[in-house]
Amino acid sequence: MNIIVCLKQVPDTTEVKINPETNTLMREGVRSIINPFDNYALEEGVRLKERYGGAVKVLSMGPPQAKEALTESISLGADDAYLLCDRAFAGADTLATSYALSQGIQKTGPYDLIICGRQAIDGDTGQVGPGIAEHLGIAFVGMVRKIREVEAGRAVVERMTDDGYEVINCTLPAVFSVVKEINEPRVPSLRGKMRARSYQVTTWTAAEIAADTARTGLKGSPTQVVRIFTPKRRGRGEMLNGDTGEKVSALFDRLREAGVV
Amino acid sequence: MINWFLTEEQQMIKDVAREVADKVIAPVSAKYEESEEFAWECIEACAQADLFRVSIPEAYGGMVPSGSLGVFNQCLVVEELSRVDAAIAVSYAASGLGFYPIIFFGNEEQKQKYLPDLADGKKLAAFGLTEANAGSDAGGIQTKAVPDGDHYILNGTKQWITNGGEADIYTVIAMTDPAKGSRGATAFIVEKGTPGFSFGKKEKKMGIRASATRELIFQDCRIPKENVLGREGQGFIVAMKTLDHTRPGIGAQAVGIAQGALDDAVNYARKRVQFGKPIIAQQAIQHMLADMATSIEAARALVYAVARSIDAGTKDISKESAMVKLFCSDMAMKVTTDAVQVFGGYGYMREYPVEKRMRDAKITQIYEGTNQIQRNVIGLALNKEYAGKKH
Repeated sequence: MNIIVCLKQVPDTTEVKINPETNTLMREGVRSIINPFDNYALEEGVRLKERYGGAVKVLSMGPPQAKEALTESISLGADDAYLLCDRAFAGADTLATSYALSQGIQKTGPYDLIICGRQAIDGDTGQVGPGIAEHLGIAFVGMVRKIREVEAGRAVVERMTDDGYEVINCTLPAVFSVVKEINEPRVPSLRGKMRARSYQVTTWTAAEIAADTARTGLKGSPTQVVRIFTPKRRGRGEMLNGDTGEKVSALFDRLREAGVV
Repeated sequence: MINWFLTEEQQMIKDVAREVADKVIAPVSAKYEESEEFAWECIEACAQADLFRVSIPEAYGGMVPSGSLGVFNQCLVVEELSRVDAAIAVSYAASGLGFYPIIFFGNEEQKQKYLPDLADGKKLAAFGLTEANAGSDAGGIQTKAVPDGDHYILNGTKQWITNGGEADIYTVIAMTDPAKGSRGATAFIVEKGTPGFSFGKKEKKMGIRASATRELIFQDCRIPKENVLGREGQGFIVAMKTLDHTRPGIGAQAVGIAQGALDDAVNYARKRVQFGKPIIAQQAIQHMLADMATSIEAARALVYAVARSIDAGTKDISKESAMVKLFCSDMAMKVTTDAVQVFGGYGYMREYPVEKRMRDAKITQIYEGTNQIQRNVIGLALNKEYAGKKH
């Protein structure tokens, strides 16, 4: 089985601060990590490979530094890693990103399954996975919490919903985006780390994946970011004390003062 | 921080072991301490991270290049795992104690048959030497192996065997010629599931509770002759050479336990406020922590120096490996006791992990030869060394 895992390198949000004047992310000196949700996608890909055989190829789009995340994925069990890297990809929104990734996926050769994390922790859109499926014209299942079985051209998966889960029987190839409930990602292995130490990530330009540059990067992005800002902090709430009766009457007084009742 | 001049590969081994310890073992350590169950999920994580390969030769699925031994690698892993949980660390290390005899004395066939699965961590090994009447005095072994055609028939009971019942491969020392005393012992490889081989009850211990300690019971257990390790009569040499190579691992375990206790104690002392300031601002506490930290570094230096010396092929290592085990385990007992003291009443409560470290430290002064026996070994070696010198 040929499995493709899409992953994104993101700033470690536990370390990111926002410049209060420009309202932009201060990325200087902030560590880059594999998007945490994508770790579950990678782990699931590696587990499927261990179960059914085949290979896991990891794909990302980003600046040359993103090779770091891809190299780390080799230490975690990926067989090969590809980076789509070209100025023509810069400034892409989710539509342009998913277009470029879908072109890259076709370049990697035949595939049975594409796995993504549910969303990236920087943009939080969750749109790239479904976008890839749309560009490739294949099925998409989101919020996958379990891949029950995979066999000739078909997979049975569990899709998490608000109040339970659905069992979906779907044709392959398909794109699944997975939730963190799906597995517990492993730690890197020594052999994996040694392989990663000398592994060379393959980089592809827009031309190499036959991408139409009118559909990539800023040019191919209908979404325009007008402004980024930190939402105003809400004031601290007031805690009411006393027994239930006292609290109810105090609350009622406040609501009357505020003209709500 | 002391620069230990680790190679890139050694640093990698240390980092991976640390990641397994912090991410996989730490969250479940208290659960297994309480249930006293064998932590298979942690052992599987060690296997998946390739940690069982670090002391097995490359030719058999391990990572040790020919000409080296991997004792230092093993010490790095044991130290990192013990910093978080000494019981799970000893389950890992005892497999090494079981497979070192195969590395040292196994023939090509035995190595090919057993080592690859042990390197993969698919199977665990264990070492069976101790008996009810043969502890420090290994000469008192009563388990017998009597030749019978192309087999030996084993009868007897081994006691307090780490990984007993959980391991698949056992290296067992039995008497083939009791009249010859220590020259009448032979080492055998015994597989779990061999008819006549069963296990006694699991012991309840003061510390290292998540590790499995059981009796190995042999009742007319038939072992094929090809399972003899080394030659008949070589059993004591097998046992002694193995222990000489694994004692630095006990030193590393002690260093790891002590380091974990120091980490706990310093973090606590920085937060605990009495008399209007954190207790680490009190000189009484500072001096205790300073002594703890200093003795840990000294012990670690001894572990690393001796392990490296062994890997480099130094021949006579009994004295030095006894020194490592003796010094580090006494250090760990002192450091963990002091760590409990820094915690005061909280340290005595089982809710905090620091009392566990103190209970775990105690075993390092006892197993793989009590510290009294280590002093004997060192003393005898000194006497021999100085006998040949002019003065």
